[in-house]
Amino acid sequence: MRGAKSAKWVAIAGVVALTATACGGGDDDKGSGKVDPKGIVSYANGEPQNLLQPSNTMEAYGSVVIDALFTGLVHYDKQGNITYENAESVKPSEGNKVWTVKLKPGWKFHDNTPVTAKSYVDAWNWAADPANGQQNSSWYRDIVGYEAVHPAKGKATKKAMSGLKVVDENTFTITLKTGIPYYAYKLVYKPFFPLPAAALKDPKKYGEAPVGNGPYKFSKWDRKKMISVRTWPGYKGADKPKNGGIDFKAYNKDTGAYADLRSDKVDTMPLVPNSEIANFKNDFGDRAIEMDFSAINTINPAFYTKQWKDIDVKVIQGLSMAIDRDTIAKTVFSGTRESATSWVAKGVKGYEANTCGEYCKFDAKKAKQLIKDGGGVPGNKISIQYNADQPHKDWVVAVCNSITKSTGVKCVGDPVTDFAADTEIRDQKKVKSIYRSGWVLDYPFNGNFLADLYGTGVDGNKGGFSDKKFDKLTAQADKAKTIDESAKLYTQAEKELQNSFPGIPLWYNKTLSAYSNNVKNVEFDQAGDPILSEVQVFEK
Amino acid sequence: MPDATKTTAAEAVAETPVAAKVVDGGEASGKPRSLWGDAWRDLRRRPLFVISAALIVVLILVAAFPGLFTDANPESGDLQNHFLEKPNLGHFFQADWFGYDRQGRSIYARVIFGARNSIMVGLGVTILVTAFGGLVGMLAGYFGGFWDSLLSRIVDVFFGIPFLLGAMVVLNAFTDRTAMVIIGALAFLGWTQIARVMRGAVITTKHADYVMAAKALGAGTGRILFRHILPNALAPVIVVATISLGTYIVAESTLSFLGLGFGNDSFSWGSDISDALNDIRNNPHTLIFPAGMLSITVLAFIMMGDAVREALDPKLR
Amino acid sequence: MGRYVARRLLQMIPVFIGTTLLIFLMVNVLPGDPVRALWGDKPPDPAQVAQIKHDRGLDLPLWEQYLHYMKGLLQGDFGKTIAGNRPIIDEIKQAFPVSARLAIMAWTFELVVGIALGVLAGVKRGRFIDNTVTLFTLLVISVPIFVFGLALQMVFGNELGWVTPTVQDSENFGELMLPALVLGLVGLAYVARLTRTAIAENRQADYMRTAVAKGLPRQRIITRHLLRNSLIPVVTYLGTDIGTLMGGAVITEGIFNVTGVGNLLFDALGDREGAVIVGIVTVLVLVYLLASLIVDLLYAVLDPRIRYA
Repeated sequence: MRGAKSAKWVAIAGVVALTATACGGGDDDKGSGKVDPKGIVSYANGEPQNLLQPSNTMEAYGSVVIDALFTGLVHYDKQGNITYENAESVKPSEGNKVWTVKLKPGWKFHDNTPVTAKSYVDAWNWAADPANGQQNSSWYRDIVGYEAVHPAKGKATKKAMSGLKVVDENTFTITLKTGIPYYAYKLVYKPFFPLPAAALKDPKKYGEAPVGNGPYKFSKWDRKKMISVRTWPGYKGADKPKNGGIDFKAYNKDTGAYADLRSDKVDTMPLVPNSEIANFKNDFGDRAIEMDFSAINTINPAFYTKQWKDIDVKVIQGLSMAIDRDTIAKTVFSGTRESATSWVAKGVKGYEANTCGEYCKFDAKKAKQLIKDGGGVPGNKISIQYNADQPHKDWVVAVCNSITKSTGVKCVGDPVTDFAADTEIRDQKKVKSIYRSGWVLDYPFNGNFLADLYGTGVDGNKGGFSDKKFDKLTAQADKAKTIDESAKLYTQAEKELQNSFPGIPLWYNKTLSAYSNNVKNVEFDQAGDPILSEVQVFEK
Repeated sequence: MPDATKTTAAEAVAETPVAAKVVDGGEASGKPRSLWGDAWRDLRRRPLFVISAALIVVLILVAAFPGLFTDANPESGDLQNHFLEKPNLGHFFQADWFGYDRQGRSIYARVIFGARNSIMVGLGVTILVTAFGGLVGMLAGYFGGFWDSLLSRIVDVFFGIPFLLGAMVVLNAFTDRTAMVIIGALAFLGWTQIARVMRGAVITTKHADYVMAAKALGAGTGRILFRHILPNALAPVIVVATISLGTYIVAESTLSFLGLGFGNDSFSWGSDISDALNDIRNNPHTLIFPAGMLSITVLAFIMMGDAVREALDPKLR
Repeated sequence: MGRYVARRLLQMIPVFIGTTLLIFLMVNVLPGDPVRALWGDKPPDPAQVAQIKHDRGLDLPLWEQYLHYMKGLLQGDFGKTIAGNRPIIDEIKQAFPVSARLAIMAWTFELVVGIALGVLAGVKRGRFIDNTVTLFTLLVISVPIFVFGLALQMVFGNELGWVTPTVQDSENFGELMLPALVLGLVGLAYVARLTRTAIAENRQADYMRTAVAKGLPRQRIITRHLLRNSLIPVVTYLGTDIGTLMGGAVITEGIFNVTGVGNLLFDALGDREGAVIVGIVTVLVLVYLLASLIVDLLYAVLDPRIRYA
């Protein structure tokens, strides 16, 4: 299941109770029909890469376990609005620079020590220290004093970020370098979870048997086989588990997990394997799950190459129009993807359909004309780089075929062995022509799909794209007073991308899964994470 | 023969009697040609040989001139009309004979055009391995002593690395996996087998009377090696090479399954088989045809190797 | 005998060093930076990258890294993983017993069924049973192993439901049955072919005629005389195959979710955990070298003409 790991690299907590409007969940009439509140759910997972420390967990296998063990300050709902979890309130000052966090009193860690403002501040300062080797530490970089603790080079001068202040037992403030209207969204992410005092004393021991403040308590970790967590009776949050615990079973391949799911050996899995997307609805009937997943697939020209450096945008617009997204979604993806009409994925705040306008609609004739008007594709040949360890080949070939057929531009896939090699080529700016890109939300806010990917010189901008007008619009959006206003301004900026086309939107992803005959109420949130506390297990 | 020990599958299949026979033949007639003449006369009468030879000729024709067998384009598909269309077994040699794959491409055309890369890998690896492994084995076997120890240890080093694992590591290092790269990677790890067979055969041959005689007459080392020893030591090598040719074709398909087969826009039976695995539950025809062609090809070469071995081994007549 | 063993053990040293060096160099030319890859498609943190590289010794020149590695190896230290900072020896200790179990099962299967089929075919050479066995072995060799694996998984696991499609507990012999069968299939075909050829050849030998002329019972002729003399090539094959079975199970272990060396290797390759790959190969090479020594010693048992001085 290596694929899943990199496909959804970042996964944000899924511990909030959602309104049950979704598909797939539904009551099930199989089994005895009686629910056992102590029943254990088994979930097809893989071996986490690192120790189970929130600030050191990025990949999906560790994330889903951390999310079961911890509850952060805030989370978000299906529409992408902030909900309060461990926090009673998170309020910005005028200008969004100083954020005051008030905790709900009386919360405890699994070791019965109280969760206080100090539990948060100490944990963050500890994780920011490079000596502690926490991978997620750059998430604190907006906070004043981060560089003193975590300099890019040389020795740290301080052990604590000056921007974090404990006010009283249940209150602390975060001072940012510049105002960020949507900062609360970032607090959803794992490095902003609290840690008990004991964890900072012996991080290694703690990482092997984590103690959190979430709905489940750690039980045991049988390396490469299973991680077990059990419902914690002392949990104060709203999302109290409706089952007795979760067994995260480690699988090496999603095909193996799928085979087991079909014979009820495991209860659900994050994503059905590519080879089964045509079958899973038949195999599982009303137990099949198909839900929106806030991720988008694009193919992006490498603007630093000779081919794309001084290209007329009409050529890219033309290529975009040459792709028959609907047919490919219907055939190659067996109807499990939806043609994209914007650069922002569904399920995030500020999403608006059709920001790409007519350029994301298939029209072979117009495509050919646009490419001709723009002076043609240099060399009349493109290649699309992708990593071959994930199921990209099928759609890349289909997209290429579509482009060649509609416009005569020769197009081939350019497979790179695996994700590590693919990333390196992109980082070093050695892509030959065009590369495939997928983006899963960090937080459900449209700015995350825009400024973080297409802003001039930002880390996520691998293609060397630059549009001054777009940069100006996003800067304005960052200065907005409220989240809503900021989202609106970002949508304005997104519309500008029609005229500079940093990447060609292809499809919105979906979470495709299923569940066994043993359970019901299995749902996934827009980050593709299972909402495990809601799953109910039938009596045996 | 305390040291000539480690053998692999195909080598062991061929094992020593062949070499022994070669010596016998050489001694009996004094001329290597009669051994091959004998074998040839024997071979022509074997149905196994005739069938496999005919198959191989056809396969090589397909690989060399795929255009003769179909007009359909193997690369451009039509999703709208042909997505996973089932075979029409009555439509001999037409584009829809074997049906269409998930890109709407003619599977018949894919099978015909895929032959080239698959067979090229098999042939290419075999040629490289035989040339290089044969040379190393010949030098080690003929000179003996220090050179033998040195070369044999080098052979051991390469032999110690599991074949598939080694190939995975080597191929991971290349982003542009052309036929040359795949052939090179497989040969890089596969040459040791032939080296051992050749070494064993040369050791058995070099003490033969006619070699001694040639030496006594003052023939140069090169002449002795290539005129006298090589022709007589070649038989077991040819048998092993023929049989392993098929296994290299299988190896390429296995690497494709692991995502390390042909890259870019080139394809082979192996890459089509591994792509077809996504569709086997509902559309087994996408798998059956390339897999069938691959199996037939491998069978043809192994059968050929078997036939040649039996012809060369008097005990099996 | 003792001197022969000592000489062979000495010869192993350069081979061992050579193999580890070769795989070490191969792993080090792989593209992709494993430390950077920890961040996936998110931007890495340069300070952390430098810290991790320094910690694992990856910032040293290549030759120094190799020396360090070999030095550690002599003390039984295989180094630590890049992701998770776990001792590699733990990973190997966990994976090897599983693979060894699977390999031994597959190996036994090759030995028993392979030799049985080979004897059957060799004794009845040219008859229906011989042709059937030959055809079967040819088919097995000419179909890629993953096709077999997936087909058997689909038939026995999903359609018939006789076994669980994947292995739930890698230490359970019953569950390892199907993967072991798939793993041993190709070897079985080779063993059967080898045995058949050897038997067919030796059947014509003088000692056989003598034995028949002496009026010995058929059973005894086959087991005592024919089989014993025909086993040398088979033993050679089986001896070296045990190492191949352990290292070559990437495909089978992947399909059946067996948590053995093959899977560990495949993941390590994807994650560019060079030290893990080198560590596994190191152990595999040791297994292989020892196995081939044992095979050579077995020769003397099977063929009294062979003596080691």
